[in-house]
Amino acid sequence: MAVIQMGSFGDNTPVIPGVVTTSLRRVINWSRKSSLWYMLFGIACCAIEMMATGAARHDFDRFGMIFRASPRQSDLMIVAGTVNEKMADVIRTLYAQMAEPRYVLAMGACATNGGPYHDLYNVVDGVDRVVPVDIYVPGCPPRPEALLHAVLRLQERIMQEGMGRTA
Amino acid sequence: MDTQIEPRTAGGEEIHTEEIMVNMGPQHPSTHGVLRAVLTLDGERITGVDCDIGYLHRCFEKVSEKLTYPQIIPYTDRADYLGGMTNELAFVLTVEQALGIEVPRRAQFIRVIMSELQRIHSHLIWFGTFGLDLGATTPFLYSFRDREVISDFFEEVSGARMMYNYMRVGGVRNDITAAWVEKVREFLRRFPAYLQEYDDLLTGNPILKARTRGIGRIDAATAIAYGASGPVLRASGVAYDLRKNDPYLVYDELSFEVATATEGDVLARYRVRLKEMRESARLVQQALEGLPEGDFLGKAPRIIKLPPGHYYGHVEGPRGEVGCYIVSDGDRRPYRLHWRAPSFVHLQLLPIMAKGHFMGDMVAIIGSIDIVMGEVDR
Repeated sequence: MAVIQMGSFGDNTPVIPGVVTTSLRRVINWSRKSSLWYMLFGIACCAIEMMATGAARHDFDRFGMIFRASPRQSDLMIVAGTVNEKMADVIRTLYAQMAEPRYVLAMGACATNGGPYHDLYNVVDGVDRVVPVDIYVPGCPPRPEALLHAVLRLQERIMQEGMGRTA
Repeated sequence: MDTQIEPRTAGGEEIHTEEIMVNMGPQHPSTHGVLRAVLTLDGERITGVDCDIGYLHRCFEKVSEKLTYPQIIPYTDRADYLGGMTNELAFVLTVEQALGIEVPRRAQFIRVIMSELQRIHSHLIWFGTFGLDLGATTPFLYSFRDREVISDFFEEVSGARMMYNYMRVGGVRNDITAAWVEKVREFLRRFPAYLQEYDDLLTGNPILKARTRGIGRIDAATAIAYGASGPVLRASGVAYDLRKNDPYLVYDELSFEVATATEGDVLARYRVRLKEMRESARLVQQALEGLPEGDFLGKAPRIIKLPPGHYYGHVEGPRGEVGCYIVSDGDRRPYRLHWRAPSFVHLQLLPIMAKGHFMGDMVAIIGSIDIVMGEVDR
């Protein structure tokens, strides 16, 4: 039998070769953060930067981020673009279709608070008026590096979670 | 338009099944944004397409009425977010035309360089996503590799990778440096090899041919009747290009070919775009060689007020004719601004292109007209 040598899941617990000492909570969190599949769902301009992040130079895959076309298979909804009144209902439906635990990342100024389209007649001023948002990324559009940073922050947060999180 | 696919028959009679409606989008990986299409199907065959748009309507035209002319420029970037430079150009050209402003020659050359780099930039994204739509993942990685290089060029001159805010009434915001020019030259030296790589990856692929040849065909008369422009029109055999037919900037001094094809199907549009990238690279090369010394920003009034009247300016964007129509009442803000978006016009052709084809061809057809929903809904 191979010797299992697991890392210390991001904290400073000393590693003893061949011995796994951890708590169930940390194993669950570690597996969740390491396969954070995001929904392939671009609304506007930010989607192009999201695609660029997924492409060769920035390579989302190395953080376990793989795009899924279906909300049922995804853990993270990256809201990449302006949400308007017509789109708000669709986003609510998509959020409801995602399996728990689920996370929402508001990418760019529009998804954060309306951005350049703030306070216009058809624009929802921030996607947090429709679904709960876990992390916001500023920028118009944010650079791929900014999106990567946000995802790493989100992974850190997932590691801090207790067993009870359901949404 | 006749459909190209023969009806299924049994014993001399056509077979039909009960018509069903299938909803496609707005969350769909191949609708290029938030297009919703309601398909009516007879078996696998599409008998009707209803496009439901408006999922990205964000009041661009309305907000323009509240903004002064220079303030509108960043919003034009976001109308067609893959053609920022050409959109800005359409807007500033209209304003300059209305005010009779002379633009320095260096600025005109810089504008040509940026427009053509933008065309390559946009077509590269189209190439990658079109491949993704048809199930080929690798071309996407290659085209984005090269697109990143052009993004770096834009970032160096304007500070942004996508939303440039670079054109100004009277010229451009920043000058280009000798080092920048050398970098672009270096890129252009490598670019033919990249294009060869794309051809090797996708163009000769039998699956691509099977999925695109004879699919989504429109003839020249239909394309003209529906107001098509850009690659969609040129793929139907009409050599109409605003850079030739109504030259702006210094396009009449540069030599390039208008890429055309005659078949009018998805494959023809694919070929036209690939050829356009070649021609754009040639144009950038020529503009870099002919780049004169001088000012990059000419004289323009500090407060821009257009005399009362109606103004229209247009340029050849990556997707077709980008037009800007301004109604002015003499104020610092337009009374009304209308944006002629080629994607919006081309979307009308979708039901005609899709009728009679299989449901699986739908993504190829949507991919081939290269819609940008930001521009459709504005």
